[in-house]
Parts: sequence; structure tokens; C-alpha cells
Amino acid sequence: MYDSGKVIAGLVIFVAIATFPFWFGMGKAAPMPKPEILTKGQKCVESKEYMRSTHMQLLNEWRDWALRDGKRLYENERGEKIYISLQNTCMKCHSNKDKFCDKCHEYASIKPYCWDCHYVPKESKKWN
Amino acid sequence: MELKRRQFLKIAGAAGLLGAGAAQGLFEGTAQASRVMHPEGALIGKRWAMVIDMRKCGEKEGCNDCINACNFVHNIPHFDTPKEEIKWIWKDEYEHVFTDISTLDPYVPERIKELPFLVMCNHCDNPPCVRVCPTKATFRRPDGIVAMDYHRCIGCRFCMAACPYGSRNFNWRDPRLGLKGRKLNYEFPTRMRGVVEKCNFCVERLAKGKMPACVEACKEGALTFGDLADPNSEVRKLLSENYALRRKPQLGTKPSVFYIIA
Repeated sequence: MYDSGKVIAGLVIFVAIATFPFWFGMGKAAPMPKPEILTKGQKCVESKEYMRSTHMQLLNEWRDWALRDGKRLYENERGEKIYISLQNTCMKCHSNKDKFCDKCHEYASIKPYCWDCHYVPKESKKWN
Repeated sequence: MELKRRQFLKIAGAAGLLGAGAAQGLFEGTAQASRVMHPEGALIGKRWAMVIDMRKCGEKEGCNDCINACNFVHNIPHFDTPKEEIKWIWKDEYEHVFTDISTLDPYVPERIKELPFLVMCNHCDNPPCVRVCPTKATFRRPDGIVAMDYHRCIGCRFCMAACPYGSRNFNWRDPRLGLKGRKLNYEFPTRMRGVVEKCNFCVERLAKGKMPACVEACKEGALTFGDLADPNSEVRKLLSENYALRRKPQLGTKPSVFYIIA
């Protein structure tokens, strides 16, 4: 092999740079977010597991049902009837957006545009 | 190892079945379609309409009750420049509201020419804004209300060009900038920059069994809201007893807002 010294040194440098993010971040996993729930003991629209995994789909369906079909009452698995509204139903309990919604969204680096329009009274102090 | 045709088919079949099962498991969580319905006491109509009685509207000079009520209920921002202003219901003069008859017939009493005509989205039967919207962000509900889904609006402003009544406004700036220091209605969202907005005939209030905010706010009883399809409704009674105009009828849009002039 010609120039084996240079080639091997180059390879070593390349591998070191390419794997830099992995060994630099080793053992420094960001802690799991702990969203704060204000209303302990109260039940959410659906079960905790369902809300955790599927709240985004539920919100999309709620949006279409309320806005496009004009039907604003939702009967959940437990048979309870709930008024469909992000701002007036969800955020009445989860009124601490910065300590609840934002916690996981920031962890997962997700920027949902819900809050371009919907808001909680506390949050609105920033711009009102 | 050489695979026989028969073996290959068996393995492929088993793998396919497994894959289908896994895919089903993936999508199971999404469609937990429980029931959705109208809330109890919601006002449900077939063809919502508004009658504006100009004999009563002009009575109190400088009255802005309906406009203020709407601005508050829907968190409508205030911007000074005409290009940026947002309005769902506002006043205009006879000449601008009835552009056609006012040019054809100049012999109209001065008194009428000076009346503060209230204008808003006409919630047309044949809405040009709906026809041109490329994303179906604006659509006509079965009850006649021309509604907007701000989640879908891409801000192309075709609807603004299509609307012959100028009932639509574009949010050139973050509307929240125009709400600084204003009392907010915490039950209603704001809009975001880059969407078009307009009057929604208070769908969110109808769902709760309430009349539109402007109708409720008018102390003179000049605004009447009701179902055109119901022959016993208040609006039909008014229209059968009085001669009412609609804006630009020759365009064929068939507005749902009627004006009793005199």
C-alpha cells in the first residue's frame, strides 16, 4: 500500500471525528422530563396511557369534529361526555403549559403550532 | 442452502402475515372513535341568516355596541393602517354597501345615504371564497355558515380576491401585537400571522345555545338572527313583513345578510 501512514492516520482522524457526538455525549443522557400535573386524582379525557401516546391524534380528531363537522361533544371510553375544546377543556386542567406541555415537547424537540393561537390566561401576560 | 420454490412461498407467506399483524397493531391506537355529538341546547339550523333593520340601527348616534362586542368576543386585534386592519363587523356608507343601486339610482333620500350600514361576512349560499380556496380552509357548513379552519389556511388570499364584499382580512402581522393591553376573551383563541380571517356567525356561541355576540349586544333590537329554512322563525317573519335588500344580488352569491332599509 502506498502512503499507508497517511491513509491510516487519516482514517483514524475520520473515525474519531465521525464518532465524536457518540463518545462526547456518553453517560450524559438528558433526564426524562417530568411534566407537572396540577389536578392530581382527576381523570383526563381518556386513560393516562392513551393520552400519553395518542393525544396528538385525539387533538387532530377533536379539531376536525368541532370545526368541520360542528360537533362539539365527545363521549369517551368511560361514557363521560366532554366538551371539545383545547383552550376551554384541556387547558383548564393543564393550565401550566410551561411545566406540562412544554416539558416533553422540548425534550423531544417538537414545536407544535397549537399555541400560535390557543393560549392560557397565564401565558397571555407575555404578549397581552 | 438452495431454496426451493415451495419453501420460498411458505416463508414469504408467513412473513407477510406477521407484517400485516404488526401494521394493524401500529394503527390500532389511533382510531378510538368514540361518539361525537352536538352539545345539549346547541342552536341547530338549516340556513342561518341575519336581518339588519336600518330603521332601528341608525337611531343611537355613534353606537358601536355590536362592533365592540364582536371585537372582544373574538379577540380581534386593532391596527391603525387600513392595510393591516382586521374587522369582522364594521360600518360603511350606503354608497359602498350598495354599490350597484347607489350608482343606478341617485335619487335616494339623504337620510338613507348617511346611515351607518353594518357590514360583515354575508355567509353566501354560493360563496366564491369557498370555491377558490385551494386547501378547503374555508368551507360552507350544512347550516349555511361559511366557516374557516385557520389550521388549514396557507395565507394565499385567493378568498380575499374572490369575496365581492371585502369581508376578509389578512393578518400581515402577528395579531397578538394588536391586542396589547386589551381585555381578552380567554375562551376564544387568537389567530396567527399569515392567515385570513372573517366573521364566523359565532359558531362557537351557537354550539352553546347563545345568539351571536353582535345580536346579543344590540340594545335597539336592530339585529335579528335565525333560521331562514324555518317559516316560523323571527327572520322569516321580518322578511315577510318588510322589503329587504341583499348586497350585490346580481352576482348570484345569495347572501344570508338582509337589510331592511325603510
